[in-house]
Amino acid sequence: MSFIVQIALATLGISPIAVRPAAPVPSTLTVYAAASLTDAFRELGRALEAEHPGLAVQFNFAGSQQLALQIEQGAPADVFASADQRWMSYASEKGLIEGASAIFARNRLVAIVPRTNPARIGGLPDLARRGIKLVLAAEAVPAGKYSREALEKLSAAPGFPPEYGRRVLANVVSQEENVKAVVAKVQLGEADAGLVYRSDVTPSVSRYVRVLAIDDPYNVIASYPIAVLKSARNAEAARWFVELVSSAAGQQTLQRHGLLPAAAAAPAAAQP
Amino acid sequence: MLLGALLVLLLGLPLLSLVLRIPPGDLVARLRDPLILQALRLSLVTSLAATVIVAALGLPVAYLLATGEFRGKRVLEAFIDLPMVLPPTVAGVALLTAFGRTGLAGQALSALGITLPFTTLGVVVAQAFVAAPFFVGAARAGFAEVDRKYLDAAATLRAAPGYAFFRVLVPLAAPSLFAGAAMSWARALGEFGATITFAGNMPGVTQTMPLAVYLALQSDLDAAVALSVLLLLVSLTVLLSIRLTPSRLAALAARARRAPR
Repeated sequence: MSFIVQIALATLGISPIAVRPAAPVPSTLTVYAAASLTDAFRELGRALEAEHPGLAVQFNFAGSQQLALQIEQGAPADVFASADQRWMSYASEKGLIEGASAIFARNRLVAIVPRTNPARIGGLPDLARRGIKLVLAAEAVPAGKYSREALEKLSAAPGFPPEYGRRVLANVVSQEENVKAVVAKVQLGEADAGLVYRSDVTPSVSRYVRVLAIDDPYNVIASYPIAVLKSARNAEAARWFVELVSSAAGQQTLQRHGLLPAAAAAPAAAQP
Repeated sequence: MLLGALLVLLLGLPLLSLVLRIPPGDLVARLRDPLILQALRLSLVTSLAATVIVAALGLPVAYLLATGEFRGKRVLEAFIDLPMVLPPTVAGVALLTAFGRTGLAGQALSALGITLPFTTLGVVVAQAFVAAPFFVGAARAGFAEVDRKYLDAAATLRAAPGYAFFRVLVPLAAPSLFAGAAMSWARALGEFGATITFAGNMPGVTQTMPLAVYLALQSDLDAAVALSVLLLLVSLTVLLSIRLTPSRLAALAARARRAPR
């Protein structure tokens, strides 16, 4: 009888006594990463799977703020990679990360316009023209915060009209919940322009959009911290992934996807 | 019975715990926030407009499906149900590719001076798109239940088809029509994915309550919960009042049916 009960419990994944053998290494690694890392991290995930046969790397890409809240609510993540220090600090203050986080990449903002350029935008000053349909990430999203900072800085730049930032913000027709949604609206030609990360302009996107660079002194350089989580069920693979991301090969992959190397000291770094 | 209680628990517990999380004073304080009022008003206006549109356009379709037999009927039925299974964000992209400014119909619309993306009208269209199947389904069932003999009697008395439709069929099917409208309205009020994808998110223009809740969730959990509770209370009030109306109507209809005999 007790044998049957044991089998029943075992089927349910409950072992009444410590009959379970040494916990097997889980074969999946779950990485929660900022939406702007989507393509680069998918490639790194495949590289790690090739290196460790039997390991499956899963990703949850979303806004960093959303990921931080999900992790706080007990989401089963092993690694957290944020698009800004704010949400990594948040996770750290809540005691969610193991050890210290490390900056593994930087990113910069660019303006994008549809290839068809319906509003005939020739340069950044044109964004202040009345009637332009501009799409930004919402202020709670790291990209949205950076966008507003960059517009503020550009207001003081030579060649830009007075109150540039305020006039550009008056043209905002939508505040998107993540930076990829900004890309989509410009790519579909619905918005006249948007501010996104350089890394968001992937090969498949660049067929549809033109990039307007923002000069370094006025740009906001985003720092991407990564950390292993305290609740990690696969801490070993989590460390492998963090090491891979910081390795020379990993850094090369990130740069191929438009991210700046972690070491590159930017003149106007937004983060200390 | 036990299973039923479980379902009530499954549905009720999360809602109850949301309500319990927020002190009532907080709710009142949030109500004074102009941004919240703006979102709430926008939600009510757009969802009601979407419901009216869905009812007006859905009525003939429901009638056709309930009474007609024609080739391609099954295809039409499946087609009308599709928005229910389509992930709302995909619905939003579909709407953009149709009514966006580079979309199939969007170019014609902009020639007429009509812009849908990033406008309040776009919110209404997104809501109508996802809510329509709920009304058509309920109205169709309501029409099908009406006994043919009343329509036959109307025809014998030489009532024009339009007269018979509005004075005989619609009143008899009223409870189902109201229920369908209520379902559509509820779906429109809760709409998120299609709205943010198609119409975007702009306070006062396209930021309905569900969008405001989602954005609040990104930075302030308590604010998001308070907003949700507010939305729940408003929805509950409207759903209850709509539920009470058809039962009264049904009673009236029953009396009217008994009277001639």
